[in-house]
Amino acid sequence: MKVRNLILAVAAVAAGASSLVSTGALAQAKEQFIPVLSYRTGPYAPNGAPWANGYVDYLKLVNARGGLNGVKLSFEECETGYDTARSVECYERLKGKNGGAALVQPLSTGATFAITEKAPADKISVVTVGYGRSESADGTTFKWNFPLAGTYWVASDTILQAIGKKEGGLDKLKGKKIALVYHDSPYGKEPIALLQERSRQLGFDLQLLPVTAPGVEQKATWLQIRQARPDYTLLWGWGVMNSTAIKEAQATGYAREKMYGVWWAGAEPDVKDVADGAKGYNAVTLQHGAEPQSKVVKDMLAMVHGKGQGTGPKDEVGQVLYMRGAMSAMLGVEGIRAAQDRFGKGKVMTGEQVRWGLENLNLTQAKLDALGFAGVMRPISTSCTDHMGAAWARIHTWDGKQWKFTSDWLQADEQIIKPLVKSTAARYAAEKKLTPRTPADCQS
Amino acid sequence: MLYRENGQFKTTYRADQQIFPIAQDRLVVALFLLFAFIAVPMLASDYLFRAILIPFLIISLAALGVNILVGYCGQISLGSGAFMAVGAYGAYNFFVRLPGLPLIPALILGGLCATFFGILFGLPSLRVKGLYLAVATLAAQFFADWMFLRIKWFTLDSPSGSVSVSNLQVFGFPIESAHSKYWLCLSILVVMALLAKNLVRGAIGREWMAIRDMDVAAAVIGIRPMYAKLSAFAVSSFIVGMSGALWGFVYLGAWEPAAFSVDQSFRLLFMVIIGGMGSILGGFLGAAFITVLPIALNQFLPVLAQLLGFEISTAGISHAELMIFGGLIVWFLIVEPHGLAKLWSIGKQKLRLWPFPH
Repeated sequence: MKVRNLILAVAAVAAGASSLVSTGALAQAKEQFIPVLSYRTGPYAPNGAPWANGYVDYLKLVNARGGLNGVKLSFEECETGYDTARSVECYERLKGKNGGAALVQPLSTGATFAITEKAPADKISVVTVGYGRSESADGTTFKWNFPLAGTYWVASDTILQAIGKKEGGLDKLKGKKIALVYHDSPYGKEPIALLQERSRQLGFDLQLLPVTAPGVEQKATWLQIRQARPDYTLLWGWGVMNSTAIKEAQATGYAREKMYGVWWAGAEPDVKDVADGAKGYNAVTLQHGAEPQSKVVKDMLAMVHGKGQGTGPKDEVGQVLYMRGAMSAMLGVEGIRAAQDRFGKGKVMTGEQVRWGLENLNLTQAKLDALGFAGVMRPISTSCTDHMGAAWARIHTWDGKQWKFTSDWLQADEQIIKPLVKSTAARYAAEKKLTPRTPADCQS
Repeated sequence: MLYRENGQFKTTYRADQQIFPIAQDRLVVALFLLFAFIAVPMLASDYLFRAILIPFLIISLAALGVNILVGYCGQISLGSGAFMAVGAYGAYNFFVRLPGLPLIPALILGGLCATFFGILFGLPSLRVKGLYLAVATLAAQFFADWMFLRIKWFTLDSPSGSVSVSNLQVFGFPIESAHSKYWLCLSILVVMALLAKNLVRGAIGREWMAIRDMDVAAAVIGIRPMYAKLSAFAVSSFIVGMSGALWGFVYLGAWEPAAFSVDQSFRLLFMVIIGGMGSILGGFLGAAFITVLPIALNQFLPVLAQLLGFEISTAGISHAELMIFGGLIVWFLIVEPHGLAKLWSIGKQKLRLWPFPH
């Protein structure tokens, strides 16, 4: 070992260390900062990248349209690789930058759980569009969580309703066998509480089949399905697990028409490899599907991609996960806009103000039309107690080439979901010794 | 010239048995501790605390524990993630099921759970060794993954299988702010490192090292392999379990079994190998290398790209980070197979001879 090598080693370490100290936090005037936690690498990258493209493109579109009452949006991406510890690091890195973040979208269930514990102290809203913890729809306990436009409980309930419609009524589910093939993590376990409740009530037989992450090894699971022959199979997968499941279904000879995925299992990357083998496979969409004809996509192509500023491949614009990213960004941005309407237009909003905005979101049909989301989604309005805003979904089906809607709008049954949300949130509050918010707190 | 021990005579056994026999070392360590306890909290930013220092301290503690088993006793283990998980879930269960239990006893009880688990999965070490043992300890990893995913009792029937803690306090002080968390982790780390250092230079540590160097010879001179190996498993898993509990309680706040996956086990083993087997300092250096360097690269690369005048995408940074990090590991292992701690001791040797090298 020569001295030269030693010096080189020290220099390498010092270079690394020096970058930690230099936090170039240049506060710029009139810019609302939005951190972007995304994963473009790692096992879930094929699904994470389109989401991130849609999210970032929508923020660019808002800027191209002139910003929020003159306030430009600035953003910075941080790669999490779907790793919880890395997500927490990203959150801590970005939360104070450029004048401070007002909202964050963690984009992974593990990160959502961890950041939920940190957000109230930092006064940053945790926006989880269609995922996250289902009980956080209860705004009286979860002041800073916003599972906007649906949760996994909404997804699973609407799937059951779609199956019920196919069978000619929910009461026809009695005695049927329904299997849940799920990713063995908090994400995959989320729907179980609701499905168990529904199986007690409707009398169907629920079979739980966990698949270990990342989900490539499913032979044993599908052997069980081959033996039990469930009437329907719900798929709570993500990334490579989805296409594997469809391939296994094909190999097992299980009808794809009887398979229903959650929206994380209902996008192009999940079925493209299987193409014809996936024909007839269904997935629930929490509101939007693939929307290449919508106005927002046309705007995006003209104002962002047309100017050479687009993120990611142009032909993916308007696909399912891209739209999910765009819609997630839109809901967050509209929260900021709602805050500006009350606290002053053309100003940069603080975390608390944005939280108020997200809590008083009222996206009417007219507003959605103006934003270019006509036909993509239904109106949403949130309140102090209801942080979810809407419980509507549709089913779309892969026809071998593209996703097509095959059901009407379905609304999750509030009589099932509300008590479940209340009791689970109450348990959380008891564990954390939280006192529910008072009406006065709601006004703040 | 400055680093020379001329004139420092040891006239008592106490003086001869000190951890740091050279006065300059004692001074540097004392200054470093003062710096860590007092200056760092005044200088560091919230981000540095919450995202770098606290996870670094906790992972250092884990690497310290793994080093006792792998570096000192020579029992290669791929189950360290499982010991962390047992520590975290054990502490969680004690903390939630016994209302009013203070945080520190909960952490220690978590460590004790990991100790029993470690001894249990250390039993194969009496029969198999080397790579075979590494594969056998993988069983601990998969068993823990299975146990905390499937046995609902451990997670208090939480519907999603994820658990969380809050209202942490030590002696009435709330552990909420970044400073308090940092001090808590640092204090535990310092105490544990001191204990570990004294263990490895005592009789039991010599037994471990004898087993590591040649177990047959050690048995011939009267060292009981069973006692030595299982005690190494016990001590190591206790420390790793404590760090697992801290990782869940202090760093993440809410966690699921994926936080202690087999990746974590691999990372801990790499830390020990890169940091330096059989060295307390090596655990710290390895932990810094494996946990802090990727994050540093991730933030440093965009700046570098900007200086060179080109834009680099998020995915590009992430890929480059992995490549450079992998390259550095290979480079370090070629240049210094005995790890970063060996580099440090070479540096000290050079200093002692300076300015007259031979």
